[in-house]
Amino acid sequence: MNTGDTAFVLVSSALVMLMTPGLALFYGGMARNKNVLGTLMQSFIMLGIITVEWVLWGYSMAFGPDHGGIIGGLNWFGLKGVGMEPSAVYGPTIPHMVFMVFQCMFAIITPALITGAFAERIKFSAFMLFSILWATLVYNPLAHWVWGVGGWLGKMGALDFAGGTVVHISSGISALAAAIIVGKRRGYGTVPFIPHNLPMTVTGAGLLWFGWFGFNAGSALASNGLAANAFVVTHVASATAALSWIILEWLHRGKPTTLGAASGAVAGLVAITPGSGFVGPVAALIIGALVSVICYGGIMLKSKLGYDDSLDVFGIHGLGGTWGALATGLFASKLINPNGANGLFFGNPGQLWTQFLAVAVTWIFAFVMTSIILKVVDVIVGLRVTDEDEERGLDISQHNETGYSVS
Amino acid sequence: MKKIEAIIKPFKLEEVKDGLSRMGVKGMTVTEVKGFGRQRGHKEVYRGAEYQVDFVPKVKIEVILDSKLVPQAIALIQEKARTGKIGDGKIFVIPVEEVVRIRTGETGKEAI
Repeated sequence: MNTGDTAFVLVSSALVMLMTPGLALFYGGMARNKNVLGTLMQSFIMLGIITVEWVLWGYSMAFGPDHGGIIGGLNWFGLKGVGMEPSAVYGPTIPHMVFMVFQCMFAIITPALITGAFAERIKFSAFMLFSILWATLVYNPLAHWVWGVGGWLGKMGALDFAGGTVVHISSGISALAAAIIVGKRRGYGTVPFIPHNLPMTVTGAGLLWFGWFGFNAGSALASNGLAANAFVVTHVASATAALSWIILEWLHRGKPTTLGAASGAVAGLVAITPGSGFVGPVAALIIGALVSVICYGGIMLKSKLGYDDSLDVFGIHGLGGTWGALATGLFASKLINPNGANGLFFGNPGQLWTQFLAVAVTWIFAFVMTSIILKVVDVIVGLRVTDEDEERGLDISQHNETGYSVS
Repeated sequence: MKKIEAIIKPFKLEEVKDGLSRMGVKGMTVTEVKGFGRQRGHKEVYRGAEYQVDFVPKVKIEVILDSKLVPQAIALIQEKARTGKIGDGKIFVIPVEEVVRIRTGETGKEAI
């Protein structure tokens, strides 16, 4: 056991925890006045829902003893045997509990990311049920496939340092399915859906950027050079993407916007996530510069395709995550991480194909499973609030509260 | 007694208020409002999507005056709130039947 590593991963866990309230602010500011609490709540309460799920069966399903590369067994139900000694296979220099709680924070933020797709219209009970089922049936298996010892995507050689497929593609694609199945908000296309508090959104983006250092650098599971590399490329990609996004919209729409700067920063963080332990700073510049083009283009396409992904979860996490996973297959280098692999630009075109397969599997699995789960939830409790409740807003109709009052 | 309601550009509020105070007006009520006239609105862009925002932010001033002071007050507001560009706003004059000062019970001109 190593005290430096333990301290570092504990602090990283706390940093990743802060991303979820950060996400709540990022999303809450983009919602309308009457839905600010409903939107904040759908991220914030994930800390409650998923932590309980994770302790009871989530961690064991994702990381417990492997069954056929598909799923972990329930041997660690209720964290049985997950103690203060290091695990044999996960983070050999830190207590097993530290690895578990670090992973818990990832499991929390992933379903919270999806909530931007159905913001302003889903019933709270349906949201709760969906989140538990999604965590159990989508996140846990996927985390096992990629990160669990024996998981089949990891064995195939797919590189995902900190969660490009498991966190961002899975939530982004699920968001697309959710936007289609839950349907558009009332007034979509006729009423302007204008963000009610962009200062809140920019604050949230700042917290996400801060927390992401724990997300990516912490994924080294040790306080070492690889963590330093992940920290640096994370920062570089986010910075570059914030810049490239505002330049893009400056050219396209005439003005650089704060929402654009915040969106670009988050898109850059998403894109660097899978490669943060495999690529260097110059690759991070390229990954960050191009992610804005891809995400901005995708968001432009949304209005043509006509689905209402309210806060652009697919546009940023789905597309940005896909770009990041593929870019890892281009720029990965064994000079950065000898335990990784070389990418196309380092003489190994096969890695790009492996990355592509992992992306395709995640797309299909997340889309199909999310669709099924939503249909089931719709039958059990109904997905949407009534038209009248939607007009009144989620704050009053779902929570009996309002975010702002006059006096 | 009359009430003057003036809808003006928000950044002109200070000048109008100072002018009216110098004229002897002792109180006023100011509200942030939104509306449109010939100026119509402006466009806002969020993540590349353009929205036409019809309602433009304005300030509404309400002042109650002795009828004799009305022409002078109108001239003053017009002078102070005018930029010459579209969207300078409007002034309305409305008759007031009664005014009561809640604390003392005074009524009419005494209560203004």
